[in-house]
Amino acid sequence: MKLRELAHGRTGDKGDTLNVSVICFDARVYPHLVRHLSAERVKAHLQSIVRGPVRRYELPRIGALNFVLEHALGGGVTRSLALDAHGKSISAALLDMDIDIDIDIDIDIDIDIEPPA
Amino acid sequence: MSTVTPSRTIRIGAGAGYSGDRIEPAVELVEHGSLDYLVFECLAERTIALAQQARRRDASLGYDPLLEARWRAVLPLAAKRAVRIVTNMGAANPVAAARKTLELARELGIDRLKIAAVTGDDVLEAVLAGHYRFEESGERVAAFKDRIVAANAYLGAQPIVDALRAGADVVLTGRVADPALFLAPLIHAFGWSMDDWERLGQGTVVGHLLECAGQITGGYFADPGLKDVPNLARLGFPVGEVREDGTVVVTKVPHAGGCVTEATCKEQLLYEIHDPQRYLQPDVVADFTEVSVTRLGADRVAVSGGRGTPRTGTLKASVAYFDGFVGEGQISYGGPGALARARLALDVVRERFAMTGVAVRELRCDLIGVDSLYGHTAAAHETQPYEVRVRVVARCDSFDEASRVGNEVETLYTNGPAAGGGVAKSVREVIAVQSVLLPRETVAPSVQIFET
Repeated sequence: MKLRELAHGRTGDKGDTLNVSVICFDARVYPHLVRHLSAERVKAHLQSIVRGPVRRYELPRIGALNFVLEHALGGGVTRSLALDAHGKSISAALLDMDIDIDIDIDIDIDIDIEPPA
Repeated sequence: MSTVTPSRTIRIGAGAGYSGDRIEPAVELVEHGSLDYLVFECLAERTIALAQQARRRDASLGYDPLLEARWRAVLPLAAKRAVRIVTNMGAANPVAAARKTLELARELGIDRLKIAAVTGDDVLEAVLAGHYRFEESGERVAAFKDRIVAANAYLGAQPIVDALRAGADVVLTGRVADPALFLAPLIHAFGWSMDDWERLGQGTVVGHLLECAGQITGGYFADPGLKDVPNLARLGFPVGEVREDGTVVVTKVPHAGGCVTEATCKEQLLYEIHDPQRYLQPDVVADFTEVSVTRLGADRVAVSGGRGTPRTGTLKASVAYFDGFVGEGQISYGGPGALARARLALDVVRERFAMTGVAVRELRCDLIGVDSLYGHTAAAHETQPYEVRVRVVARCDSFDEASRVGNEVETLYTNGPAAGGGVAKSVREVIAVQSVLLPRETVAPSVQIFET
């Protein structure tokens, strides 16, 4: 399945560094992403964009991973020749990753609907 | 001014998330948000450098270009409702911004208004006089001496707190850390001390959630079918209901568009964060790792658990410098064979640059619709787009050299592949930004008061 069916996130920029959050729609998915969504896998998936190392930070309380991608912005937002100098479209590319995880739950992604009482 | 009891909640609204942000949602907040404070965050990395250039041309300018429009829209009602305003719209000239605000207040018939200008962020002299190296590249700042346009330190909450304590209704700053714009009203209202690291950490969480305005109420979020946001065109800006212990409920004006959910709050929490355990601010090193995000009801999300450790001995300063020109040209191809014609166009342009000796320091050739966002990916290879737009962009030393880039693309009209259309060309001056770390003692903030 695609990562975007399991998680959402957004990109932020600072100098020549991007961060992309990957936040589980359902907290039960989190341990599986910790196991399968490594910094190496992210770097490989985004290799056409990211020139530097990728670090991963874990936030179990909110079921999220934070990836920091160095040298991903063509020398920095203010100098880059890239069309998307801020790299804001990168989160969509990351969430397009194929991810095989064997969990057997119904993932509730109706996140703007009242949960059952 | 009302006294604060421990059970009091402070309501802070975010009236702008960047310099060019919409004005109607700020008006909506003043009208319906029952606010105590309204914050306008309007300074990105480069904005202050552009403002500095404006000030050089005219000493009465250098504040945010939308300042007057924003004040005309919100100031009378904000003054009537005693909503205190904090903003970095002072940009490169907080004093001029304060004078302009005074002038507008008189024109708009606002009885009594106390305005504060916070300065001291301009550290150009100190940076040029020192022996600093850029944090990003390691290069000596002195090597850029002739090209430096501005240097501004990120101030913390203290001068804003001082201004609020002095009774200012409107506080105009230059460069401050964005969360500090929200932290200062909390410190002032609740009497937090500047070494209460846990409170300052949670207060930083509050500021970080609200500082991008619409980004927490459903902006930069919608993905139709997967993440739906109601009434996106009428996106409302957020209100933070903050308790004395710093815990916040993020919400919005009920009838405004958008939504506040655990998902929107988590995305904003991690926006532009690197190591969540060490989010460096002038006033504290904030720790987001223990933060919890809990839905309380429709468009009401509680966020707590922000922590902090002592602040460092340095302040970050952004140094802006002139870095050449960028020339660009674009042309579109469509229909069968569009990709082949676009590739031919790029080959022609590359060969022409080599032939005619256009001096480029860096050249980039994109196919918009194929590889302009993500480069050479598998998806890009599989595609046969019905429309594709060629983009040629180059960094050059002079305006004239940069113009040749767009001109070369334009000549494809009569000299290039069939059916190319919609040429656009441009040249822009580049102001690049890198940062240095200054010892805290180098920076001396100050507050000036202006009254009607």
